[in-house]
Amino acid sequence: MGLQYKHWEKLEKNALLLGVLIAVMVSFGGLAEIIPLFNDAQTVRPAPGVTPYEPLRLAGRDVYVREGCYLCHSQMIRTLSFETQRYGPRSDSGEFVYDRPFQWGSKRTGPDLARIGGKYSDDWQRLHLLAPRQLVPASNMPGYPWLAKAKIDGADLTARMRALRSLGDPYTDAQIAGAEEAVLNKTELDALVAYLQGMGVKAVAAGGAVPP
Amino acid sequence: MARSRRISMPTKESYDDHVIRLFLLAAAVWGVVGMSIGVLAAAQMAWPALNFDISWLTFSRIRANHTFGVIFGFGGSALMGTCYYIVQHTGHVRLAFGRLALFTFWGWQAVIVLAMATMPFGITQAKEYAEPEWFIDLLIAVVWVAFGVVFFGTLARRRIRHIYVSNWYFGALIIAVALLHIVNNLALPVSLTKSYTIYSGAVDAMVQWWYGHNAVAFFLTGGFLGMMYYFVPRQAQQPLWSYRFSIVNFWALISVYMWAGSHHLLYTALPDWVQSVGMVFSLVLLMPSLGSAANGLLTFNGSWDKVRTDPAAKFMVLALVFYAASTFEGSMMAIKSVNSLTHYTDWTVAHVHSGAIGWVAMITIGSLYAMAPRALDRPAMHSVPAMNLHFWLHTAGLLLYIVSMWAAGVTEGLMWRATSADGSLTHDFLSSLIAVQPYYLGRLLGGVLVLSGMVVMAWNLWRTAAHARTEVIKPILVPVPEAIPEPVPDQYPPPLPAKS
Repeated sequence: MGLQYKHWEKLEKNALLLGVLIAVMVSFGGLAEIIPLFNDAQTVRPAPGVTPYEPLRLAGRDVYVREGCYLCHSQMIRTLSFETQRYGPRSDSGEFVYDRPFQWGSKRTGPDLARIGGKYSDDWQRLHLLAPRQLVPASNMPGYPWLAKAKIDGADLTARMRALRSLGDPYTDAQIAGAEEAVLNKTELDALVAYLQGMGVKAVAAGGAVPP
Repeated sequence: MARSRRISMPTKESYDDHVIRLFLLAAAVWGVVGMSIGVLAAAQMAWPALNFDISWLTFSRIRANHTFGVIFGFGGSALMGTCYYIVQHTGHVRLAFGRLALFTFWGWQAVIVLAMATMPFGITQAKEYAEPEWFIDLLIAVVWVAFGVVFFGTLARRRIRHIYVSNWYFGALIIAVALLHIVNNLALPVSLTKSYTIYSGAVDAMVQWWYGHNAVAFFLTGGFLGMMYYFVPRQAQQPLWSYRFSIVNFWALISVYMWAGSHHLLYTALPDWVQSVGMVFSLVLLMPSLGSAANGLLTFNGSWDKVRTDPAAKFMVLALVFYAASTFEGSMMAIKSVNSLTHYTDWTVAHVHSGAIGWVAMITIGSLYAMAPRALDRPAMHSVPAMNLHFWLHTAGLLLYIVSMWAAGVTEGLMWRATSADGSLTHDFLSSLIAVQPYYLGRLLGGVLVLSGMVVMAWNLWRTAAHARTEVIKPILVPVPEAIPEPVPDQYPPPLPAKS
């Protein structure tokens, strides 16, 4: 054996050295895989046509996040032919640059939603969210009737847009000033339907998404 | 450095078992609570009417209560309790900073209660296994640093110079989870109940699964391996099969695991090179994982009869078998072509639960059964038949659960990709949901069996603690320093004698 035990012995008897070495060894993976992504144009530059969420859609997205929709629905069309055939053009990282947090999901109890926008009417989406089994009897999705009763808080939404702007999302002053009016008398259901109907359509319309 | 102070007078120091008993109780309570929520969630998958149209009882709101309650409530309490027990007993020293240790107990319970009380009301970051909002994350960070201070403080005072391998894993658990937790939860608060993560899109996905995968690596694997390396030799009444092998596996495990997180994002919009790196490292990970499992199992060589007589040993052996099985499965699922079938299906759920119910819960239960009588000043657990009953309930439930979910996962994976002769997809999405409904019932029954086993355990622990509730427990004295022999090396090549 080239390595003599005494070298290891030093390590096995010194708590400080052990702790420092652990910290060093566990750092490489994250440094190598995460840091380059910050400067990777592909992951941080928006795809053509993709803009920050409009006030009502942002409110809807936050409802989606709050309700935990990501636990049963993915928002990621993988680069596999049977996925693009079922759901549409594959997802591109540039489509998600305004998503905080990302909602790609890890389990599909229901179908993928990355390009659900425009596939069903507003009325269908509305009724389906309130009572899914009235439209799809075999579905096991829960109903979300409370969304129709809750109003969007405009002041809170303005604060949220300001926070997003300070994180780097390019909202203009006019957009933030108009937020309160844009969601006046809108319910959480209105907002969520607006979010769903906008999902994945911008990049496709602008020709930014890759064809299947 | 003269780390081992030779004191000539016999010590009157005793082990601090009070905080360990508290963690023991908390682990049993959160185990039952977390798994009950899991059973409700499983029932809602089969019968959606059980959501009752009540927001805070809805599947998507309570799912995180199940995962958080079981991982951090049950697993976390068991980890901290056994860690405090092991660091004292392997170092022949009383816990440092006893009050701070008590703070880590109450602080950790506050974290779990706060998280469980806010998540059903939609106060969530919506990042898997990191759901609690920013103010809870801050409390987690404070408690975790205190945990580190108590652990490393105790290690610094130890009387046995050599640091036993269990403590290596606990040290790595504390350091790595602190790093993961802080980096993944960096967020800008908007209000008390809402924050936005500083990362977005693909970067957020990578950071989250770097966290998510390594929470599994260091919390659910590393920490529980620390538990295994102490309680398996203890229960087998044999020295560890190979101490050197355990050290080699330690360094391999902690350095390789951190690279593997991106295998959760194969075929997604994450840059391809990151996906491939994650897949390769996941395959390398087979070596330390199977090595650790083999080391534990081979420790039973010469005392396999314990499996016949001692239910705690039974739990430990099966835990190691499932550790080997689920890490093998995990590496296979990280292969891109396999992943194209398994990802997004119930196979993922099967894999997680073979690791969680098979490995994590079984090594914990075995260790709790081994530790509880000692911490409660009793010769043995109150009822051995109840331990056996728990073992069979747990094993039957586990098998029913994972077989159901494997069948469901393969069904979904095959139906989603089936293509007819004309090139069109054979099945619509809804057909796959209808096809797996029977398996959802199998899963529910499996979950009920595992939960009833946990109730049996909680009862058994409560009865074992009956004596401790009425009498003052005689503290266990730390051994007299002179009586501690230097470890006799029985490995090849033999270690060199320490320089004087």
